[in-house]
Amino acid sequence: MTHLSLSDPIAVTDNNAMAMPLQVTGLTVAYHKKPVVQDVSFTLAPGRLIGLIGPNGAGKSTLLKASLGLVPSIAGDVKVYGKTYQQHRKKIGYVPQRESVDWDFPTNALDVVLMGTYGRLGWFRRPGKHEHETAMECLRKVGMADYAQRQISQLSGGQQQRIFLARALAQQAQLYLMDEPFAGVDATTEKAIISLLEQLKAEGKTVLVVHHDLSTVEAYFDDVLLLNRTLIGVGAVKDIFNADMLQQTYGGKMAVLQGKEGIVLAGK
Amino acid sequence: MWNTIGALILDPNVRWIIVGCMLLGLSSGVIGSFMVLRKQSLIGDALAHAALPGICIAFMLSGVKSTGGFFIGALVAGVLATFGIRWITQYSRIKQDAAMGIILSFFFGVGVLLLTHIQHSGDGGQSGLDKYLFGQAASMMQSDVYVLAGISLLMIVICVALFRLFKLISFDPGFAKGMGLPVAFLEQLLLLLTVIIVVAGIQAVGVVLMSALLITPAIAARFWTDRLHIMVMVSGIFGALSGLIGTLWSGMVSQLPTGPVTVLAATVFFAISALCAPRRGWLAKLWSRKQTKEQWQRQGGISHE
Repeated sequence: MTHLSLSDPIAVTDNNAMAMPLQVTGLTVAYHKKPVVQDVSFTLAPGRLIGLIGPNGAGKSTLLKASLGLVPSIAGDVKVYGKTYQQHRKKIGYVPQRESVDWDFPTNALDVVLMGTYGRLGWFRRPGKHEHETAMECLRKVGMADYAQRQISQLSGGQQQRIFLARALAQQAQLYLMDEPFAGVDATTEKAIISLLEQLKAEGKTVLVVHHDLSTVEAYFDDVLLLNRTLIGVGAVKDIFNADMLQQTYGGKMAVLQGKEGIVLAGK
Repeated sequence: MWNTIGALILDPNVRWIIVGCMLLGLSSGVIGSFMVLRKQSLIGDALAHAALPGICIAFMLSGVKSTGGFFIGALVAGVLATFGIRWITQYSRIKQDAAMGIILSFFFGVGVLLLTHIQHSGDGGQSGLDKYLFGQAASMMQSDVYVLAGISLLMIVICVALFRLFKLISFDPGFAKGMGLPVAFLEQLLLLLTVIIVVAGIQAVGVVLMSALLITPAIAARFWTDRLHIMVMVSGIFGALSGLIGTLWSGMVSQLPTGPVTVLAATVFFAISALCAPRRGWLAKLWSRKQTKEQWQRQGGISHE
């Protein structure tokens, strides 16, 4: 098993590789006997935006959830800043898929963002002035401050997505795992999200994003993980995001042509 | 009619029963809100039906009709039913609704079988177990009301103390788990509270209709507000009022079981809410659609914003 690593640009030794934001080794997840993620190993370096790319059913969401301990893995090991995710849960921010919840739930936008602070509050402490200020600040960062009191079902899909991002920001994490934040959002929201990602990166945070739109990969991300059940490749976008690797990742489902203008994709 | 109600309220025995039923409605309205939002409305139905064999076995073992014994029997059966549902969903591809259907009907079938057996046996006639099908609040004693009061208090204290966490696991359990909150424990706690309130309510409302007292006040309350804490409070009030109306109504007509009338009262609250609630109600929706249409026509069909 080769251990593919993103840490090459910073040239780290094995010793301080222990403190990398996310280190996954031999991770395998199976539903009903069928492995959906198989023997995946990689390390994420700090201060990078990483795209997780692969066809439908490649196990992208599952990999994200297994890294968080949301779905059980049958083998492998996940380390967050050198410790297990249980020990460092407060360092992880999570953005689930928007469709994973019922938006007709009786609550408003500010309340949802406040949920991001619950992890630090513990069982019985109520969110106070400090938490409310944090939540409002996070809403401002995603351009949703005017919608704080809005019932969440009255928000558009893109606005709901931004609320989820604001909630993850309220977790004040170091490592962010985002499950398709760009899915079904309009251009305004897409721009808001990408500028937020840039900002997180500037703050030295690490963001792993499940992403579908291959045409924007080169513009948005520093590194990519190419996944199709097994890890096909991992590295800087300029090094491995090419026709050959995409062909391997998408197999027969996609024709990949590399021209002067970049990569051209066509469904088969 | 008002004289009858007056006489009923003045009767100290009836007053205890009314208090008991109102507390029952209050707590099931509160817990029911979370169950409805978690899309687990039917779990209460499965639990209530599952309680019947527990009650019958408790009677067969002890040979006497005791509320405490029945409570324990129903509780054990309810907990077994939740284990059964979880076991089926975990170890097969059967979804939760189907698993609940299997468990509900199996337990209830066994319950009816045992009930028939008891009634055909020697002392079965006086067992009064058939009252547990549709509930008879009149059979409640002062001690039962104390138990209900204790349960309601416990339930409300837990719901207030853990309100934020219950809200989070109802809205987005995956996120809560990712945060490191003990989601599985909180879900089991919520389920345990449901089992307790269902079991406590069986004497008054009966196994067949108990679930309605969990579901109906909660969905009625949802119409009036977009805030969870208000929904929970309104649901509790609707539940309590249904308990009050149900008890008075069944007290006025001899042989009328409490369960069906309590549920009918709750359904009236639901109908009024669905029709008249501001914004989410049917009339409000109709009115706003009409206004939008008129405004559109007034400005000649083209928006000049």
